[in-house]
Order: sequence, then C-alpha cells, then structure tokens
Amino acid sequence: MRKSKWSLLMTLVLVLSMFLAACSGGGDSAGDDKGGDGGDSGDKGSSEPQVLNIIDSAEIPTMDTVMGTDEVAFQVMNGVFEGLYRLGKDNKPVPGVAKDHTVSDDQTVYTFNLRETKWSNGTPVTAHDFVYSWRKTVDPATASQYAFIMSPVKNATAISNGEMKPEELGVKAIDDYTLEVTLERPAPFFLSLTTFATFFPQNQEYVESQGDNYALEDDTMIYNGPFTLTNWEHEEGWVLKKNPDYWDAETVQLDKINVKVVKDPATGVNLYETGKIDRVGLSAEYVNKYKDHPDFKQYGEPTIFWFKYNQTRSEALANVDIRKAISMAINKEDLVNVILNDGSIPAYYSVPKDFVNHPKTGEDFRAKNGDMLKYDVEKAQEHWKKGLEALGKDKITLEILGGDTETSKKMQAYFKSQLEENLKGLTIELKGVPFKQRLELDNNQDYDIQFAGWGPDYQDAMTFVDLWVSDGGHNKMGYSNPEYDALVEAAKTELADKPVERFEAMQKAEKILLEEDAAIGPLYQEGASQLWKPYVKDVYINSFGANFSYKWASIEGKK
Amino acid sequence: MKGYITKRVFYMIITLLLIASATFFLIKVMPGNPLSNAAKLTAEQEAIILENYGLDKPVPVQYLLYMGNVLTGDLGLSFQYDGRDVTSLILNRIGPSAQLGIQAILFGSVIGILLGILSAIRYNTIWDYGSTFIAVIGISIPSFVFAALLQYYVGVKLQWLPVAFWEGFEYSILPTLALAVGVIAVCARFMRTEMLEVLGQEYITTARAKGVSGFSVIFKHAVRNSMIPLITILGPLTAALMTGTLVIEKIFAVPGLGEQFVLSITTNDYPVIMGTTLFFSFFLILTILIVDILYGVIDPRIRLSGGKE
Repeated sequence: MRKSKWSLLMTLVLVLSMFLAACSGGGDSAGDDKGGDGGDSGDKGSSEPQVLNIIDSAEIPTMDTVMGTDEVAFQVMNGVFEGLYRLGKDNKPVPGVAKDHTVSDDQTVYTFNLRETKWSNGTPVTAHDFVYSWRKTVDPATASQYAFIMSPVKNATAISNGEMKPEELGVKAIDDYTLEVTLERPAPFFLSLTTFATFFPQNQEYVESQGDNYALEDDTMIYNGPFTLTNWEHEEGWVLKKNPDYWDAETVQLDKINVKVVKDPATGVNLYETGKIDRVGLSAEYVNKYKDHPDFKQYGEPTIFWFKYNQTRSEALANVDIRKAISMAINKEDLVNVILNDGSIPAYYSVPKDFVNHPKTGEDFRAKNGDMLKYDVEKAQEHWKKGLEALGKDKITLEILGGDTETSKKMQAYFKSQLEENLKGLTIELKGVPFKQRLELDNNQDYDIQFAGWGPDYQDAMTFVDLWVSDGGHNKMGYSNPEYDALVEAAKTELADKPVERFEAMQKAEKILLEEDAAIGPLYQEGASQLWKPYVKDVYINSFGANFSYKWASIEGKK
Repeated sequence: MKGYITKRVFYMIITLLLIASATFFLIKVMPGNPLSNAAKLTAEQEAIILENYGLDKPVPVQYLLYMGNVLTGDLGLSFQYDGRDVTSLILNRIGPSAQLGIQAILFGSVIGILLGILSAIRYNTIWDYGSTFIAVIGISIPSFVFAALLQYYVGVKLQWLPVAFWEGFEYSILPTLALAVGVIAVCARFMRTEMLEVLGQEYITTARAKGVSGFSVIFKHAVRNSMIPLITILGPLTAALMTGTLVIEKIFAVPGLGEQFVLSITTNDYPVIMGTTLFFSFFLILTILIVDILYGVIDPRIRLSGGKE
C-alpha cells in the first residue's frame, strides 16, 4: 500500500518535471537564436549595423495577400512582397514590379510593362502571377474579406457576388511581362490601388504546391519584396531580412528588421526607454509625459470619427435643425486636447485633411470648403429652438450608440455632458457596445446617433464621399439627397477623366452633406503620437495600406 | 483505486461533452460574426463569406458537425488566423504559459508555506505580524500592479532583468515573481490557519509527550496534516496559472495562451473559443482528479476507494 502511493507520487513528480523540462527547453533554444540576432545588432564597432528593432501590436493574422484584412498583415506584406507599384515618399506610387504603364484614352484600360524580377525561389515574377491572385481574390470560393477593394476592375463585383466566373475579371496577361487591366469605369486612383496588398502577385504553381500550408509559416511562402520573412515565431515576433534577389536591392539599406509582438502600451514605452526598440506608439496618458521629448513625433492619419444621424428611427433626427444643433453643440477643441490628447485634431469636414490634393493647383481638399459645422453654442441653440418648434416638442431623448473601450466611454460621457448642457430639453442615453455588435445595430439601422469612424480604402476623396449616396452600402442612416447622389454619380462617370471637375464635384458634394444637410456630425480626425530614435532615417509614413514603408529606411549615427 | 479512476475518467468525458455543448450554444447567442472586416462589406458579400465558413447552416446542424469533429480530435481551423488549425495553435501557446504557471506555483507555494509555518510557530510575535502583513498585501494588490512595478523598477530603472519578451529563462523571472505574489499570499494564509488548528490537536500533544523533537513534530506531523486544504486550492490554482494569465502575459509580452483566449472571444473566432474552453476545462478537471488522488497520498485517513476494495 505504502509503496504504491510513493510510486504514484513519483510518477506525478516525473510528469511534472518532464513538463517543466519540455517548456524550459523550448524557451532556451528560442533564446539562443534570438540571442545571436541581438548580438549583431549590438556592438559591431566601426561599420554601422543596419538593424531596426520595432514592435507590433499583434500576431500576423495571415500572410496570404488575398486574405489580408488588417494593418499588421498589410505592414508585413508590404515589406516582403511587391505589387505593380509601391507607395513611396508623400504617398506617391513609384514603380515596383511594373517599370511603367500606359492608359487608354478613355482611361479604362491600363497596360503595365513588367520588369524581369524574381521570386525568392528563383522563378520569374510574371503577369500571370497577377492574373492568378486577382482572380483568386474575387472568387467567392476564396471568401476574401477584402475582395471589395477590387471593385474598380471590370466585373469584379459581379464575380464576388457569384454572378460571373473569375475568368471574366478584367485582367489579362498579354505576355509574360505585359499585364492589361480593364476597369469598370475610369478610376483616377487606380495606380495607388496597385500598391495595396490585395493586388500583389502570387505564383500559382508554388501556392498550389503548398496546398493548405501556403503562407502559414515563413518557409511556405516565396517573396518578391525588399525583405523576406524569417524567424516567424507565432505570437512572439518575426524578422524581416534583406532580400538579395530584390530587383532594387541596392536601394535597400536595412539588413534586418526585428519585430516583436507587444500589446501593452506601457511595456512598449519601457522597452523604448531601455533602448530595446527604436519606435513606440504613445497612448494618450503618455503624451503629456513625452510631449517635450526630442524623439516625440506627431502625425495625422486620414481617419475621421463622426456622429451618424439615423433619420429613420427618431423623428427628431429627421429634422435638419436638430442635426445641426447637435453637430454644433460639442466643443471639439476640448475633445481632442483634453479627452483624447493623442495628436488628433478637430474635424469640421467629412474628407480628411492632408489626404488628397487638387489635381491642378495641388491645394489640399480642405482648402476650398474650409471648416463647416463649427462649435458655436449660440447658433446651435437657435437651430435647436427652431427644430423643437417644428417638432412641437420641448423635450427630446436620444440615444448615442458607441464603443465599449475606455477611451470611447470617456468620449461618450463628454458628448452627453456637452449636449445636455448646451441644448435645453435634450436627454442623452449612452449605449456602449462591442464593435461587432455596433456593426450589427448599424446594419439594422437600430440606433439614433452612432459614434463611428472611417479610414480610406484608396487614395481618393471618393472613398469618403461615396459613403453617403442614397443606396450606399454604408449609409444605413436613411440619408438621401438627389443632388448629392447626382454629384457623386457624375464624379464616377462623365467626370472620371476630367480630374479637376471631378475633384470639385466631390468638394461640392461635401458642402451639401455638411453645410446644407448636416447628415453627419464630424468630430475629430485621428492622430498618432510616437517616439522615434533619431538615428532611424527615411521611414515613410503612408496614409493607407501599410502605415510605414521601410524600403528606403536606414540607421545613421546610432553610435 | 483502478475502478475509482475509471469511473472518474468516464465522468470527466461526460463533463467535457456538457461543457462543449453549453459553450457552443452560448457562442451562438453572442452578437456579431467572425468577419474581421464586416464594416466594409455589403450584406451579400457577408453572406457569401459566412457560407464559406459553414455558418449559414442551421445551428443544430452546425452543432452536430462540430461535435463529430471534436470526437475525432479535430478542433477545426481558426477564423482570425487564416487557415491555422486550433490544436497546433493551442499547443504552440501553452508552453510559455505552463512554464510561468509551474514556476510561479513552485516558488510561490514554497515561500508561502514557509511563511505560514513561521507565522504559526511564532504565533502572535513580530514574525507572525510580518508574514501576515505580506500575505494581506499579496492578496489585496492585484498581480498586474506588481508586474508593472517590477517591470519599471527592476527592468527600466535598475536594468537587472529584461523588461519584456520571451527569449530565455531570465525573461521569465519577472512574470514569475508577479504571478507568485498571489500564490505566496494564499499559501501563507491557509498554512497559518491550518497549522494553528493542527498544533492544537491532541496527537501533537501526544507526540510531544512521547518526546519527539520539536522539528519533527512540526515537519512530520503538523505540516503534513495542514497540507490537505492547501492542496484543495493549489490544484485549481495551478490549472488556472498554467493555462495562461491575460494581464501578466500582456505586460511582459509573453506569447502565451491567456491572451489568446480573450482575443478569440472578442474576435468571435468560434473554433478557437471552443478549443481553448475545452482545453482549459480538461486541464481543470484533470487537476481536480490529481488533487483527489493526492489526498490519499498525503493523508492515509482519506481513502478514495471508499471501502469498496
């Protein structure tokens, strides 16, 4: 009896220690190769090591360019793959796999001339690789969540809705190095789209040889970008290594980019302080602390947050004066400076600042329309009185639907206090729900006022303007103005090859949306605050797709 | 003993099946769907994608399909990590979590038990007050506060240990310490109470009367008998720590399972929610079984076979 008990205990101890041994063994070996990496990033002396150390906020969800949907994935894909063009400095597309292109007179057929480049396994990158991946994207069987971004290409929407075959997509390989793309209608922003991950090539033969394992690990992919992916330890980090076979390898300065997954903002700051990483994003609570730090950088992002006024559920919001009153009754300066304090700026517009420029004068989209629906309590109260009279009421209760994150809740509490204080007779009920649930409520138009935001899908004002047309898939608030619809339709069709008129039509549409109709109430344009080590040079910041471009980056003067 | 274990394993399987079913239906009433890009899709596109995931089928059909797969050992493919299978996802993540958990439990319980013993044998002295004070601090301050303090002072200010990452044993020290604080506190409190009670028992007096040395009385008789309630709580605590702790893993950037569990819920990654829940339940039930068996090892008075044998 006694003996059997002891043997049981011994077994347990053994099992436990095996577990321990297994775990620590794994940890050690990972540590060994990482230690080696750290070694050459450290003290090499005379010649400067070209190693960048950064963190990202999450594991890479997918490396299959056709399936990518998020910032983290797009960022890595942009480093290790390349499309026809690539976003360079100031968001300008520069030649990538394509050396140049021609456009037909009616602006609908693009012919790209490809240069002779190679995948990392030695096979050439050809026009067929683009045809394959583009067809795969729109094929409903692929279930790509970003297939919609192909919609400017002829038949793309019909194919992803299952009405046509993938082979009918408007893309054709004339020969190995000539790619012809036919568009649904002229799209002046198409070139910038070709820099986006969904439009990257994939080698059919290789992809199919890997089957279900394609792109799941760093050695089940082939690369054609400035870097290749190595040491991809899931959930822990990965390394981008300079790709010697890249066509423009001499431009690429960095030998290695070490990326680690760090989700906690405070941890990121501590790592930066100890010199382990070269860049860190700052959340609001750190901005005050680092505002005067020499490494502190702030830049605007083209994402706007606004109130969507649902005109179908509350009769009050169907009244334009009520909408104007609400839009003007919130102090947005205080919102960004006190509540957010992260580099965001007040938005009095529906197309962001520093996003697109006039095709002729080069002026910002914002220059002409200026600020609309500015904070003005007196005017807001006038509109409010007028609106209440029209409705024959003296009290209104409205719900604000928003997110459930800390920052979002803080902002919603601020909206409530501002609105109830400035507009007598208004009661605001707050409803904070998880993101997915908010989308569902949005879809069912089951809200009064929704606190929502939008970031661009391509480098053109249309990505914002198109949202509010009457049958728009994202309108979902019952807004309809034939004049607005007509301007947007014109910009998409007859003005498509007249860039100046098209641009001005969209500006006019924005004026109608805000100044006349107050269909939405803009709140703020997002900003980012970061610390950058001064020795990191020439990392370009892009406004859509991958946030940072490392192709031209280098390390200078670290020692 | 054999019969007992067989019976327990049978119940274990039933429990797991019940948990799987309950989780499955709870997930179905959760709002939203697993699309990561739903904001930019039209209703038609959404429908096509959901069909691809098999989410368009009636819930009972989905349930039967899923349970069928689980019984054959297939936990399915993750939605958020495109094409990656859930089993390997969990197995890859459990290593760091388990290592931290075991280190914290071993370190924490040894220190905690010693503190508890010290408290009990130096009852109502400065030693007792001191270790009680430590225990109270450990219980009342959450582990992430310790984690942040350790990271800032030991990692950033003193630079004795790495701030974060997972690259070897030294990287596991700070997270282990942060996790162990709670364990120390729990063990110290339980040990002190139990020891005091046991030391008042007649058999201790008898042992002392027989002339057994003080050391022997404490460690052979008192400590062993005081361990029983401690094991009851240490079992589930071990399971909880080894399967991952969200906040500590996040703060020290440890690629563990805890964070994954929460993330899969917020992203509606159904297969991963199911997989991690099942895994965690399995682990917990297994630990409880081990604890029950350990009772017998530590205290012969408790007989698991209940007289049947």
